[in-house]
Amino acid sequence: MEKTPILSVQDLNVKFSLRGKVLHAIRGVSLDLYKGETLAIVGESGSGKSVLTKTFMGLLDTNGWIDSGSIFYNGQDLAKYTAEKEWLTIRGKEIAMVLQDPMTSLNPLKTIGAQIEEALKLHQNLTGAAAHQRMIETLTDVGITEPERRAKQYPHEFSGGMRQRVVIAIAIACKPKILICDEPTTALDVTIQAQILHLIRELVRKYELTTVYITHDLGVVANVADRVAVMYAGDIVEIGTSQEVFYDARHPYTWALLSSLPQLGVKGEELFSIKGTPPNLFLEIKGDAFAPRNPHALKIDFEERPPFFEVSPTHKARTWLLDPRAPKVEPPEVLSRLKRGEEI
Amino acid sequence: MSEKKEVLLSVKDMKVAFGSRRKPFYAVRGVSFDIYKGETFGLVGESGSGKTTIGRAVIRIYETAGGEVVFKGQKINGAISKELDREVTRKIQMIFQDPMASLNERAKVDYIVAEGLYNVDKHLTTQERKEKVDAALMDVGLLPEFASRFPHEFSGGQRQRIGIARALIMQPEFIVADEPISALDVSIRAQVLNLLSDLQKKRGLTYLFISHDLSVMRFICDRIAVIHKGLLMELADTETLFRHPLHPYTQALLSAVPMPSPDHRQDAPPLIYDESMHDYSKDQPQWCEIEPNHFVRGNQAELEKYRKQLAEE
Repeated sequence: MEKTPILSVQDLNVKFSLRGKVLHAIRGVSLDLYKGETLAIVGESGSGKSVLTKTFMGLLDTNGWIDSGSIFYNGQDLAKYTAEKEWLTIRGKEIAMVLQDPMTSLNPLKTIGAQIEEALKLHQNLTGAAAHQRMIETLTDVGITEPERRAKQYPHEFSGGMRQRVVIAIAIACKPKILICDEPTTALDVTIQAQILHLIRELVRKYELTTVYITHDLGVVANVADRVAVMYAGDIVEIGTSQEVFYDARHPYTWALLSSLPQLGVKGEELFSIKGTPPNLFLEIKGDAFAPRNPHALKIDFEERPPFFEVSPTHKARTWLLDPRAPKVEPPEVLSRLKRGEEI
Repeated sequence: MSEKKEVLLSVKDMKVAFGSRRKPFYAVRGVSFDIYKGETFGLVGESGSGKTTIGRAVIRIYETAGGEVVFKGQKINGAISKELDREVTRKIQMIFQDPMASLNERAKVDYIVAEGLYNVDKHLTTQERKEKVDAALMDVGLLPEFASRFPHEFSGGQRQRIGIARALIMQPEFIVADEPISALDVSIRAQVLNLLSDLQKKRGLTYLFISHDLSVMRFICDRIAVIHKGLLMELADTETLFRHPLHPYTQALLSAVPMPSPDHRQDAPPLIYDESMHDYSKDQPQWCEIEPNHFVRGNQAELEKYRKQLAEE
C-alpha cells in the first residue's frame, strides 16, 4: 500500500466547558490517516474516540472547541474552520459519517429515497432524474433489493440492518474520500453485523474509500482494520498494524484491554479485569494517564508523560516501559493465544 | 451425569402471545428446557427471537398462553396462590440490561436496593433493613456509604452492581440475567462477569443468562439454548455446541462471531440462515435429544443427517 497521508492531525487539543469547568477531552493527539487504509480507533467510553473524529467534520458540540493543533486535509487546516459554509465543503462531500444507531439517525417523516436525494442535492447539486438515478444506484450498491419500490418507503418499514444499509447509502451517495464509521454495528445482531461489515468492506474496495472505524469491539477491529489506534484518556497510547497491536502489543493498557476479552478467559477462573477507573479529565493529568491502574507502573510514570517510542516504522507506543533504561516487563502470557487463534 | 443433577426450573411447551385475543401473535411458540440447580443456562438469539420474553414469562412479568413453568416442583405460571406468588418473587430475581435506564433516578440507592423488602418483608425495622442493604452493597463490592447517594453519581459498572445488589437482597435462588453486560465497556464487562460467577460460587445461585454475545456466553454458560423466532433450534453443553453445531441456524450464528485475531479474519461473505431450506410440508419437525444432553430441532430426514454427522465425528 502506498503511504500518502490523506488527513493529518497534529498535536490536537480539544476542550469542553461543562458547568463552569474545563474538560480536556483530547490531549495532544497526532495521527496520520493514509489513503485507502482502514484505521480502527479503540477505547473505552469517554476515551475521546468519538470526539476526535467529530473534529474532522466540525461536529463538536457548541460547548467544545479545538484549543490548539491542526488537522490538515487537502492542504487546508480544518482546525481553523469556523463558519458552517466552510464545513459544508467538507462534510458529506469529502468526509462522511455512519452513526451507531440506525433507529435514530434517519428522518422518520421522509421516504428513504428523498433522504438520499437530499444529500445529493446539498453536496453534489444533483436534482431530478440525475439524482434519482444516482439514488437507485447507491441503494443497489448497499444491497437493497427492489430499490425502486424500497425508495418510496419510510424508515419504519425497514429492519435495523436494512436501515443501517440506508444510512451507509446516504454516506456514500456523494462519493466521499473518507468514511467514518462510529460504532456502525453495535446496535445490530451478530449475524446482521457480519453482513454490514462485509458490505462496508466491499464498498471500500469499490469506492476506494479511506475508512475510520470507531469501536470498542475488538473482534470487529481484528476483522476490518489495517491499522489500530488505542485511545486512553484523550490520547493515543499505541498505534500499529492490526498484527502488531494484537500480537505484539507494548502498552500496558493495550495488554489489559486484550486480556479482558472473554475469549481469553478460562471457564471457572476469574477473567482479567482492569482495576480502578479512568482518570478525571477535568483535572490536570501528570505523567502517564494509565499509571494509577498499571501494575507495571514505574516511578517516572507518575512524574513525566512518556513520549512515543518506536517499535517498528509502523508501530509506536507511549509508555516508559519501552525506554532502554526501563526494566524488562513481559506481556501477559494469555495474549500469546491470540496469535495461535486457538479456542476463540 | 444428568441423573445426579437436580432440576430447579422446568419449562414445558411454553407459549407466550401478544396482541388481541382474536388475532394473537405468538412470540414464544412452544419451548421446553430444564435448568439444573447451580448451573448457568444461556439463552442466545437475535433481537425479536423471544429470548427476553421467555425470561420475563418465567418471573411472571408476562402471562403464558400455554405450557407450564415448574419451579422446585411447583407450577408457577397462570393462576397461583398469593403465598406461592410471594415465594416466587423472593426466590426468582432479575438483572436488567441497561443500568442507565433500570434504576429509579429520583430514589437514593438505599431505597432502590431495599425496594423488594418493602413488599415482601413488611415487618422489618428500619435498622434491620439498613443492615441488609449494607450487606448487599458490600456483596457486590460497593461501599455502604453509597446508600445515601443517587444513581446519577455512579458509573455504568457501579450502577450495574446496584442492580445486582437489588436482586441479591431478596436472597434469591434463581436469577434471570437479561443481557446484563451488553451495555458495558470491555473492561467493566469483565468485572461484572467475575462478580456474577463469584456470587454463584458463594451462594450456589442458578442463572438464566440471556444474551446475543456468543463469546461472553462461551465463557460463562454451562449449557446454551439457541432460539430463533420463538422456537428452540438447538440445546447442548457449551463446548459441544461450539464444536459440533448441528442446526444450520446455530452454524450461521457461530460463523458470524468475529474473532479477535487479525490472522483469522473472515473475508468470505457470512453464512445466511434461510428458513425455506427446511422442507416441513410433509415431515413435521420435532424437538429431539439426538445424543445425551444435546437437543436439536429437525424432521426425520434432518435428524437422520445429524446422527450421521455425529457418528462421523
